[in-house]
Amino acid sequence: MLKNTIDFVTGSARLALRGNRWYFAWIGLLGVLILWGATAWWQQITNGLIVTNMRDQVSWAFYIGNFTFLVGVAAAAVMLVIPAYIYDWKPIKEIAIFGELLAVSAIVMCMLFVLVDVGRPDRVWHLMPFVGSLNLPSSLLGWDVLVLNLYLVLNLVIVVHLLYTAYHRRPYRRGFVVPLLLLSIPAAVGIHTVTAFVYAGTAARPFWNAAILAPRFLASAFCSGPAILLILFQILRKTTSIKIKDEAIWKIAELMAYAMFLNLFLFGAEIFKEYYSDTHHLIHTQYLYSGIHGHDALVPYAWGSLACSVIAFLLFLFPATRRNFVTLNLGCLLIYTGVYIEKGMALVIPGMTPDTLGEFYEYVPTLSEVGVGAGIFATGFLIFTVLCKIAIPIIQESQSPGVEATQEDALRS
Amino acid sequence: MSDDPKRPRTGEGELDRRSLLISGGLTTMAAVSAAAAGSSTGFVERLLRKRFVELSPERKAEILADLEREYSEQYDRDVTVTDTPPLDGVEFGYGLDIARCIGCRRCVYGCVHENNQSRDPQIHWIRVLRMEKEQGIELTESNAYYEPEEVPEADAFYLPVACQQCRKPACVKVCPVKATWQEPDGIVVIDSDWCIGCRCCMSACPYGARHFNWRDPSIASEALNPDTHYLGNRPRPRGVVEKCTFCIQRTREGRYPACVEICPVGARKFGNLLDEDSEMRYLLREKRVFVLKEELNTRPRFYYFYAT
Amino acid sequence: MDRLDTPNDDGSESRKLLPGSSSLALLLIVFLALSLLTLLTIMKGGAGQVADDAGGTQAFSPADFPDIEFDRELLPEVAAAGTSDPEGIFRVRQPLAYEDYFPCTDCHADMEVNRERRELEEMHDDIVLDHGPKERWCFDCHNPDDRDSLRLANGTLIGFDESYRLCGQCHGTIYRDWRQGIHGRREGYWNGAKSYLLCAHCHNPHAPRFQPIKPLPPPVRPQFLSVSKEAEAHDE
Repeated sequence: MLKNTIDFVTGSARLALRGNRWYFAWIGLLGVLILWGATAWWQQITNGLIVTNMRDQVSWAFYIGNFTFLVGVAAAAVMLVIPAYIYDWKPIKEIAIFGELLAVSAIVMCMLFVLVDVGRPDRVWHLMPFVGSLNLPSSLLGWDVLVLNLYLVLNLVIVVHLLYTAYHRRPYRRGFVVPLLLLSIPAAVGIHTVTAFVYAGTAARPFWNAAILAPRFLASAFCSGPAILLILFQILRKTTSIKIKDEAIWKIAELMAYAMFLNLFLFGAEIFKEYYSDTHHLIHTQYLYSGIHGHDALVPYAWGSLACSVIAFLLFLFPATRRNFVTLNLGCLLIYTGVYIEKGMALVIPGMTPDTLGEFYEYVPTLSEVGVGAGIFATGFLIFTVLCKIAIPIIQESQSPGVEATQEDALRS
Repeated sequence: MSDDPKRPRTGEGELDRRSLLISGGLTTMAAVSAAAAGSSTGFVERLLRKRFVELSPERKAEILADLEREYSEQYDRDVTVTDTPPLDGVEFGYGLDIARCIGCRRCVYGCVHENNQSRDPQIHWIRVLRMEKEQGIELTESNAYYEPEEVPEADAFYLPVACQQCRKPACVKVCPVKATWQEPDGIVVIDSDWCIGCRCCMSACPYGARHFNWRDPSIASEALNPDTHYLGNRPRPRGVVEKCTFCIQRTREGRYPACVEICPVGARKFGNLLDEDSEMRYLLREKRVFVLKEELNTRPRFYYFYAT
Repeated sequence: MDRLDTPNDDGSESRKLLPGSSSLALLLIVFLALSLLTLLTIMKGGAGQVADDAGGTQAFSPADFPDIEFDRELLPEVAAAGTSDPEGIFRVRQPLAYEDYFPCTDCHADMEVNRERRELEEMHDDIVLDHGPKERWCFDCHNPDDRDSLRLANGTLIGFDESYRLCGQCHGTIYRDWRQGIHGRREGYWNGAKSYLLCAHCHNPHAPRFQPIKPLPPPVRPQFLSVSKEAEAHDE
């Protein structure tokens, strides 16, 4: 057992450390970005969060916006692909592991974004259950910490088990993996719902204080998470020898079209309620879409986001454009952009602008914040790249004739 | 510093588990580093401390003494840090007469003077909002940056806002690490040695009453108020949230809050809501009061009223 | 595991997607460029621009206002009584009149009483009567026969230190609030001894409207929170 584990670890390390020059160029690029992020973060550690443009008026911003977006990515990446395991739909099942890998990377990014956002990183251990003083059941951020960690562990266990068994050319243990996969579905819903509740439970911020927020989070996550996956799939099958079937991609695209419709519908429902009732609370939505008293920094992005979402929906709606890789990819990038704006900055910032006492402070990130963010994204990509680098050969090896040939052939027919 | 049986209200079991977990090698490390630093509270030990309310009276006394030594050294003058407990049968309430307030901001700076807020970057616990008389209380039209030659202005009235010391504080329930809580006398306090600076409470507070130390706070040594309370006006570190505590260091000793005494028009009232003869009870009986954002059901102990 | 060292990315499989792949690369490049451009545009704008004359650009601290007594000493009687005497109510300072002229009889004892309504020229010409009806005159309140006392409407003579009784004749509700501590300032102990002011300490009895004062400066706007920020954030 121990020997097998050591074998697995060293084998994986060997896989990660080998590659052609493109691989190392990519790693190098990520390394540079990580270095930039680390420098920016160090600067933030030494000077305080003053190096950001966050202030008492807008006390959460770029970091928390990215966190929120990435929680969606983490949740959706898994939710869309794991049903494949349960229903045994082979084309998606083959690539489900990449959903898991993306989820792991996204969760790590989420945690890093929270870490850089807190004022006292030296005290984050206070969040640990039992050791610290996690404020359950009343604090939703407390719950969020709990479910995010649970989700990370869950995905890591699944991924490691799949790879470990594949590495040793054994079939994975269905009795072990399937319950965990089943558990990861509610966990994926959980992380995104709890994150939505962090906002939705805040009565002081009417822009967030809406029951529709959690459903909207889920719907938009089902758009952005798979969009990233689709792009990654194509890159992977271009740059590696992994085979990903067109049917899998088209199936996911079809599911995304439903999610996009739902997302737009929920958005419309919220817009109607805000504008028709026209209460005091409308001011945040107005700030986002039309600007108030000349404060209109977000307006172009808000409309841009909406336009992206609508165009992407149309592209995904029609099978012809959905199955054409040019329009499909365009749609993926559009929906990614649309949701990134919508669930990132356009959720956090208008919620806090104007602030609770009516002051308008127009937040934009500083270079420092962007640097830290870039570093975190690069870290996430690095994790994903390395994990893929390890996983792809192992999976292919295990899928190569002789190992699961019978099973595979049976399903292919 | 006294042994007060009422204060620690947290689970004992949790405490034991943590002590067990931490008391291993880390305590040794702490002891070593403490010895190296030449003080009884080393960096590591402080890093791995428990929440203040969970500590034994002896440990509390030690920590207060350490803090006094640290602040006295840092500011080169004698600083006292107490942890005066709440008084029995006392629930504080605050009244503000907006028919009287002239918007002169004496309270704002009086508060800074008393409570050791950072001077630069500036932190103000009280925000005075200028409102148009024609509009009534309309927060989104308010202006906190007015600076006319003289106040009051003919067409405006003023609404000072600080912590409303809610009976159902939204900030407390969202805190992920129990670093902020409501004391028996109604004051919502923060343990700034426990706060992780996640700023959830700032999102949750409907009154903008919580403020963050975006960088190291700065106070000139001679400007420091050396009479401090652990949960109140002792110097705060960077990266934590702070707020009005009804001048806990004064009011638990019977004194009025600093803003009450500095107000040149006497618009600010303070007293014990449980005492029928207090100014606050008279005010609630005889005047019509309102609270800010009553629809949020935070149930503030801070009442605005029109005396005439 | 040697057979899988280099990913094979040339030509052998799934090549039917090549057009899509190159378009994807192009799209990604365009996307990245656009994102970068957007980011730069956002940050060039800087956080919420504020007009130069809008105020709130400078951080003032209490020490900048030496004229204001932030550390007010309690009245010795109040400090001595502390919280031990909840009933102990003390007046702070003597009536203002004591500081300038008192006792009035120093001059007025030998002067003849002139009851005529007139413009004062030789003395007290700084007094402008702006208190209620035009018909108001000195002897509505001051006692013509003994200037060291005030006179209530019913003829009762009172000292200057009881002037609130005089004011209370007309301003009954405010008088009542004042006695309860709701009108006017109090200092000391909320559960003990306290001091408060006479009406005339804040309201000039001859022109009682509260005089406007200069407000202390506004808070620093979030855009200017830290003056030395640029120096430290050397990436700006």
